[in-house]
Amino acid sequence: MSTDDAHDPKFGEYGGQYVPEALMPAIEELADAYERYVLDNEDGFMDEFRSRLADFGGRPTPLQYADQLSERYDTDVYLKREDLLHGGAHKLNNALGQVLLAKYMGKERIIAETGAGQHGTATAMAAAHLDMPCEIYMGETDIARQRPNVFRMRINGSEVVPVTVGRGTLKEAISETMREWATTVENTHYVIGSVVGPHPFPKMVRDFQAVISEEAREQAVEKTGGLPTDVVACAGGGSNTMGAFAEFIPDEDVALHAVEAGGSSLQVDEEEGVAPNSATLSTGDEGVLHGARTKLLQDSDGQIMESHSVSAGLDYAGVGPELAHLVDEGRVRPVNVDDDLALEAFHRLSQDEGIIPALETAHAFGYLEKYHDDLGDTVVVNVSGRGDKDLETVIEETSKRDLDIAPDMSVLQRMGGGGL
Amino acid sequence: MGLEAAFADEPAFVPYLAAGDPNYEDSIAYVEALAAGGADAIELGLPFSEPIAEGTTIQNAIVRSLEAGMTPERFFEFVEDLDVDVPLVCMTYYNLIYQYGDEEGPRPFVEKAAEVGLGGFVVPDLPAEEAGPLRDACDEFGLDLVFIVAPTTTPERLERMREQVSGYVYVQARLGVTGARDDVDDATEESLARIADWDVPKAVGFGIKTGDHAERIVAAGADGVIVGSALVDIVAEGTENGDPTDEVADRLEALARELKEGALRGAQERPQPERT
Repeated sequence: MSTDDAHDPKFGEYGGQYVPEALMPAIEELADAYERYVLDNEDGFMDEFRSRLADFGGRPTPLQYADQLSERYDTDVYLKREDLLHGGAHKLNNALGQVLLAKYMGKERIIAETGAGQHGTATAMAAAHLDMPCEIYMGETDIARQRPNVFRMRINGSEVVPVTVGRGTLKEAISETMREWATTVENTHYVIGSVVGPHPFPKMVRDFQAVISEEAREQAVEKTGGLPTDVVACAGGGSNTMGAFAEFIPDEDVALHAVEAGGSSLQVDEEEGVAPNSATLSTGDEGVLHGARTKLLQDSDGQIMESHSVSAGLDYAGVGPELAHLVDEGRVRPVNVDDDLALEAFHRLSQDEGIIPALETAHAFGYLEKYHDDLGDTVVVNVSGRGDKDLETVIEETSKRDLDIAPDMSVLQRMGGGGL
Repeated sequence: MGLEAAFADEPAFVPYLAAGDPNYEDSIAYVEALAAGGADAIELGLPFSEPIAEGTTIQNAIVRSLEAGMTPERFFEFVEDLDVDVPLVCMTYYNLIYQYGDEEGPRPFVEKAAEVGLGGFVVPDLPAEEAGPLRDACDEFGLDLVFIVAPTTTPERLERMREQVSGYVYVQARLGVTGARDDVDDATEESLARIADWDVPKAVGFGIKTGDHAERIVAAGADGVIVGSALVDIVAEGTENGDPTDEVADRLEALARELKEGALRGAQERPQPERT
């Protein structure tokens, strides 16, 4: 568990609580619950959380030596297999923690937002497991590109509420869920899906996800006799990133690489209010969005830009305030990988290691492909999630490109495509 | 002009419109119609792309305004172009205030607001805990900073707000986001009672849409009523139907008059203080 001051809502200049007045009591109540149950283990909350993570979630996940990649890059590559967690992504750690916390707090209903659908799926599973009614807000663009996850949420008994404003992606879904929370705050808990939002969410979500680095650190020592030289994780909002980094932050010899979505370009079209990337840590400016001061993709007036990534899970104009702070401090290195390289890496990991990664995760492997010469001799890559949910997108995007590494897509095209 | 002046003689009617909705020219006419209908102060929305405190009606108004090209710079021109004789309040989100100008922080925005004659601010995503820099800048340039009291606001937080509020206090009549409703919430009276001894005027908003609503709110002890979505609905309907600007302005003026008259009736129903 982190040792920073749980009462402090800030990370340097970042963080804070910028929310409508109606929500202030709810986040104060949540901050109190976070301190009592998560930090002080009141009523055995953390014991129950760990026990459910083990039995329902399937923890610990392995730290696997990757034979082919190690040979290809001439360095020892270890994979932290969060894709093997129940539901297929690291998201369950946080969702299970927050739904359980809501139960301890006496809340009667769960709401959440989702981009790629992984957080929504994890929340729906946790809500079903803990017998809580649940509604998931999702942008209509994301509903269209993440159909398998939409069905998984419905199958688990959650309602999926389409968000039609704006471009219909995660940014709009978060705004809409905050509105819904402001209306129902007295009996409802909002399970934020990443290390974003007002205090205590960034700290609390990080603490629920820190189990990733806690295990990875122990497993690395056990398998290699020491700490890794580098930890690599993809960064959208930043929950798997903070989870993978948290326990390594005091280990200053371990380099931490946050891989963002470079999209199709790092150039922005200010006139149109569009950033064709989601590289917030690399290119964003300080501002206030969704309850926190952090780095944002915004125009010179302060209007939030539409972001882009081939991966719905990275497609967000903000980023966790702690990550923004760690980048400013020089502790975390922000890097980015474009859509093409991420797709190549998707196919490479699938073919070389037999692991179909989420498109989010594929960005971390794209970085490994391009920059492995800059890395040390023991690299841990966080495999944040599995790629089943992305297959329709991968088929579509691969078909548009001339990728040497891609399989022959003609069979699918003869079948009419998209018929998964 | 300090915002308190709007509440000095009689209960105030404070309407809201998103500046630039559906376009710059029509919006000027609409705001002026509200003044003609009896507005005592006007809240002008400076649109932000992520308005998390707003319901669908105002959210859509913000989208229309942004699509028609509204920016902070245009907003200041808008204020200068208005021909109205009541205090104007800028209602916006903190990121726009924070980002304006070369210097970091809210000071350049407040300086410009003072220059064009704005009277103060309502910033729905800026709680008292984070408001220090904006409060300081408002003090420097003589502008007011209005805070919103919600039914859920704790006594400790009320004290924090009381230290910083000026102009008027915005009493949120019920939980949730902005939007017109068919009834008046009982929570309003309770909220007013909690801040009865504050020495700033109390204006109630969220859900008020008729003269009868305004009457009941003022009879319950409010010093004024804030009405947004019911007016924005008229703008939206006129826009969808392609109605002439004058007709929409007439409708706005008529509803403004109804609301103002309702507020005045409410004042007459209040228990009169005993004369000694």
